[in-house]
Amino acid sequence: MQFDQLLQYTLSGLSTGAIYALIGIGFSIIYNATGIINFAQGEFVMLGGLLTLSCLDLLKLPLWAAIPCAVAVSTVAGLLFERLAIRPLRQPTPINLVIITIGGSILIRGLAMLIWGKDTHSIPPFSGDEPIAIGGATILPQHLWILAITLVIIAINKIYFYHTISGKAMRACAYNRRAAGLVGIDVRRMVLFSFMISSALGAVAGIIVAPLTMTAYDVGVMLGLKGFCAAIIGGMSSGIATVVGGLLLGVLESLGAGLISSGYKDAIAFIILLLILFIRPQGLFGKADSERV
Amino acid sequence: MNCRVISFLFAAAALLLSADVFAAAPIKIGALFAVTGPAAFLGEPERNTAKMVVDEINRAGGIKGRKLELVSYDTAGDATKAVQLATKLIKDDKVVAIIGPSTTGETMAVIPVAEKEQVPLISCSAGSKITDPLKKWIFKTAQNDSLAVGRIYEYLQKNRQTNVAILTVSDGFGASGREQLKAQSAKFGIKIVSDDTYGPKDTDMTAQLTKIRGSQAQAIICWGTNPGPAVIAKNVRQLGIKTPLFMSHGVSSKKFIELAGEAAEGVKLPSGKVVVADLLPGSDPQKKSLLAFIKDYQNHYKTEGDHFGGHAWDAVMLIKAAVEKGADSSSAMRDNLEKIRGFAGIGGTFSYSAKDHAGLGKDAFVLVEVRNKDWVIVK
Repeated sequence: MQFDQLLQYTLSGLSTGAIYALIGIGFSIIYNATGIINFAQGEFVMLGGLLTLSCLDLLKLPLWAAIPCAVAVSTVAGLLFERLAIRPLRQPTPINLVIITIGGSILIRGLAMLIWGKDTHSIPPFSGDEPIAIGGATILPQHLWILAITLVIIAINKIYFYHTISGKAMRACAYNRRAAGLVGIDVRRMVLFSFMISSALGAVAGIIVAPLTMTAYDVGVMLGLKGFCAAIIGGMSSGIATVVGGLLLGVLESLGAGLISSGYKDAIAFIILLLILFIRPQGLFGKADSERV
Repeated sequence: MNCRVISFLFAAAALLLSADVFAAAPIKIGALFAVTGPAAFLGEPERNTAKMVVDEINRAGGIKGRKLELVSYDTAGDATKAVQLATKLIKDDKVVAIIGPSTTGETMAVIPVAEKEQVPLISCSAGSKITDPLKKWIFKTAQNDSLAVGRIYEYLQKNRQTNVAILTVSDGFGASGREQLKAQSAKFGIKIVSDDTYGPKDTDMTAQLTKIRGSQAQAIICWGTNPGPAVIAKNVRQLGIKTPLFMSHGVSSKKFIELAGEAAEGVKLPSGKVVVADLLPGSDPQKKSLLAFIKDYQNHYKTEGDHFGGHAWDAVMLIKAAVEKGADSSSAMRDNLEKIRGFAGIGGTFSYSAKDHAGLGKDAFVLVEVRNKDWVIVK
């Protein structure tokens, strides 16, 4: 095993892992505010990529304007999803809500198929596609964008949850919904916020990854599952643990494909998922009853 | 109530009129295509083409005064559904022949039904096992994977690039390609030095390619359908791998060039002749059919016709040829299909016989290369 090969596996894994982490954080934010797993999270990833495409092609916007535009539309989609599908539910038990998110994801995917067709589409990279050599390995400028944007988002996340009123309120909901309600926090508004934030996060993930992996109406399924996996490894925390979970997953996948066999790539992710659920359901880093936000 | 009476009268009048105009009943042809689902990129152009060709035949007055009627169902790429719909076509719609299904898996599932009910089936999928071993009622129009593999290996042998790495997608198409790549390697003196796979939804294949870079491969052969191969082409460029990259006929459409962009330059692949129709010499027997198909498809659907649609074009035209020779029952259709020789279609020049129900030779494929965002024929 040569060093440059190992380096390449690791770098590839880190950049894929950053995407898993972003999607995973989206899962955790909603889970912490509402106690449900939003299986439609992957669809917002898809929406981000495809909406950017429409902004570029139909509205003829430059890339720097198309991206915020796509994120905004996805956020509105997340808001509508919460208002129309989650809030009206008469008996909001977790199992009902989870099933609704699955139904919602199928609906969103179906609509996307009608709007954008079944073809795969590509989005231009943000800053060229000349490979950059690092040691014996190479990465693309887009990989740097992915890592940088992930870092920025984690930082913003941290600031939001620990230094703003609404972030603190959302954490309060995660600790105890009823108590949060009693001290005057509008829990339902926090739930709405959590859907908006995580759909925006999903859209960002979908946009920054699209130049590398291309996008289509059905990319959300697998990316959503991998993001879920990352969130489980991180014990459903919306902070650094999920990020580490995502990066770990990406690197293990990449090393597994390179060193063992590429046939087991997806199996590795799901074996990790099962092991974590069996052995450490509180996540790799969590204590049994830890702070989740 | 009134409404009902009126619509009944309309229906009755329509029936009477149509019975008057067409003395002979239309010949019913069934079609099973995966118009939705994962194989929609096959099924959609196939269904569109079949509809277009049948409409055109009917507009020209049918075949010997008999019109064709196409009964088309969507299998969604699901083998169970394909079997149910095949039974429905035979029992309820009473078709004399079936075109499709789109994928090898579905075709293999439908074969027992067609054999038992004795209805000729012209499959539009590529798997060699469909017509090998030979089955009495089963024909196919898509080129065998083995022919495509042969094209690549022939070129590699000629250029003495005998150490190859293969990277195949883990679905039916990739598995069949992988099987053929391994089975034929000895015949051409090719050594497979690295054998890897990737998932159909994978978004990054640098791990596999890094492994290949560390091997002694002189050529990389990737077997898959979009978007995987486009990702691989980009990854190859990213890693700075200079080893020549070959693809399968699964990506021989402009879509691949569009998706892979710059990274597509220099990629070689075996392809049906559709994509290079205007570059073919005038002596090529298929040229006329190819240009007609491309023009028609452009007029009807405003996009470029691809070789998947071509499989359905061939199937309908073969049925037309069989009907022209006087077949209007299932058994006569089968017998006449078997007698077709030298029919120049889209997929190649078909010569069926009692021993060969695939009907194509290796001239069905040309090796093409991507240059300046377009195809050129590799000599």
